[in-house]
Amino acid sequence: MAVRFVSSNIISSLGFSTEENFQNLLQAKIGIQSIDDPLLYPTPFLAACIHQAELEKRWIETNQKEVAASRLEKMLILSITEALSKTKIDISSSRTAILLSTTKGNIDLLNPIESIDPERLLLWKLGEFIGHYYGNPNPVRVISIACISGVLAINTAAMMLKGERYDHIIVVGGDLVTRFVVSGFMSFLSLSETPCKPFDRDRDGLSLGEAAGTLILEKTSFPEKGDILFSGGATANDANHISGPSRTAEGSVIAIQNAMTEAGFAAKDIDHINAHGTATRYNDDMESIAIQRLGLSESPVNSFKGSWGHTLGAAGIIETTALIESMKANTILPTAGFHSPGTTENLIVTKKPLSKPLNTCLKLASGFGGCNAALVLNKM
Amino acid sequence: MTPQITAFCHIKKNQVFLNGKSIFSAGPEVDMREFVKAAFRNTGTKYPKFFKMDDYSKLGFLAAEVLMKEVDVSTIEAKSTGIVLSNNHSTLTTDQLFQESIQSDESFFPSPSVFVYTLPNIMAGEIAIRHHFTGENAFFVSSAFDPDWHTFYINQLFDSKKISACLSGWVEMDDQSLDAFVYFVEKGNDLRNESMLHTVEELNNLYKINDK
Repeated sequence: MAVRFVSSNIISSLGFSTEENFQNLLQAKIGIQSIDDPLLYPTPFLAACIHQAELEKRWIETNQKEVAASRLEKMLILSITEALSKTKIDISSSRTAILLSTTKGNIDLLNPIESIDPERLLLWKLGEFIGHYYGNPNPVRVISIACISGVLAINTAAMMLKGERYDHIIVVGGDLVTRFVVSGFMSFLSLSETPCKPFDRDRDGLSLGEAAGTLILEKTSFPEKGDILFSGGATANDANHISGPSRTAEGSVIAIQNAMTEAGFAAKDIDHINAHGTATRYNDDMESIAIQRLGLSESPVNSFKGSWGHTLGAAGIIETTALIESMKANTILPTAGFHSPGTTENLIVTKKPLSKPLNTCLKLASGFGGCNAALVLNKM
Repeated sequence: MTPQITAFCHIKKNQVFLNGKSIFSAGPEVDMREFVKAAFRNTGTKYPKFFKMDDYSKLGFLAAEVLMKEVDVSTIEAKSTGIVLSNNHSTLTTDQLFQESIQSDESFFPSPSVFVYTLPNIMAGEIAIRHHFTGENAFFVSSAFDPDWHTFYINQLFDSKKISACLSGWVEMDDQSLDAFVYFVEKGNDLRNESMLHTVEELNNLYKINDK
């Protein structure tokens, strides 16, 4: 039995489909811009936001049931609907389950919006709303574990497919750029003054972004040539600090080791690593140490945070989606914002698209609370 | 072999229960937040960082502290001990506290030490640091404690050999009430006398054991 990826969608500052986003990443386009909106933050700041007029236009076209939805709910539903439209999967079947990855969900509903049930501030109520929208009979599982939520949701989907109950899992994730999140990261002094520069010598912090993404996974006994399969995943905790990564990359190393053991691959098999790469000094150094400790330094590394910003609960999903597209195209995507190396351990960071056979790849994520996650993808 | 539950702890209605027996309590007039602090002092653990945590993390941390005093740590491998928790409200009470500090431009004072606690897994991170647990982590949000999901998820982690033990449970808090049920689960072992298996039925029983 194998688990393969059958469809996807990305809604971000760089477009409304996986294809559009992939083309923009290929050109190292940057969705991060200056935002001057006193409702979001008292002074101008940088973030990668979704094109509002386009979002509303698409929502009106899609929302035939005329359901009243919050901004995040519109993004999530548009994302699932588009990913689903490319398949024949029945989302209302009891053999299909939905997993939701989010850190803050409808946190903007702390200031209630007319016509939206304020209870949807609760993450499980948000999940329930999405499930009801599609008439799905199963509970929508909600995963909320900081910035590894998306990767853990994919790992969890694969685990669910190994059981008997489901044939398809729809993994959807999203988070917004809100006053709540911008003020929080500002108070941490962790936002860069310029669009963020992952793994760069002069990196000085992260950029926030907003996005929704969907990945649909399927159980199959007959994977076909070219299919991208889920082959292993794991999480681990640094047990070191709640708001900074371990200096020895302890948790990341354990997560990568366990994911590779489950997948049955060794360091020499890894063709490419899509890192978390937030562009904070500590995160990127920590990842360089993990990669070095595991003998993975020969694998080219990239990060998409310089294009999309850090999209929190969507990050693991949309970044894994872009990695899947890279594997299909045998092309490693560039790292927008990266110019000169400058991490504790040397890494090969891609500045330009790089053609290379990509058969086995690694995706990394790390977050507040000392959590780390990894997953391994393999091409049939 | 089905993993076994080796200890469990409940905290609710100003009472702390360990393996079903009340070990600390306070009258209904005591504020639940003060109760959590008093119960922590009662454990005898000196850990000043506890008092800097938000109310939600204090509750989970206390439950883990009580629980781990009952576990023979010489027999567990901290490196492969996981933490899998769930709740209903995520961090809503702390979210509201942070929101108050940013609601208006006139009184705009966001604090990083409040913001960091607006993620539910920070509590798991605090427990991981205290007990050196570096294994699998997960946090789920659902309407109620879901023994079906917990047994499925954790038993799969044991099956795939990603964990050798796990601190798991439900740690829930809103403005009005709190409800913590945490338990320790280890690899199945024939030699153990008390064999509480990590099954849906057993978890349902244990979760309700102190409901009277």
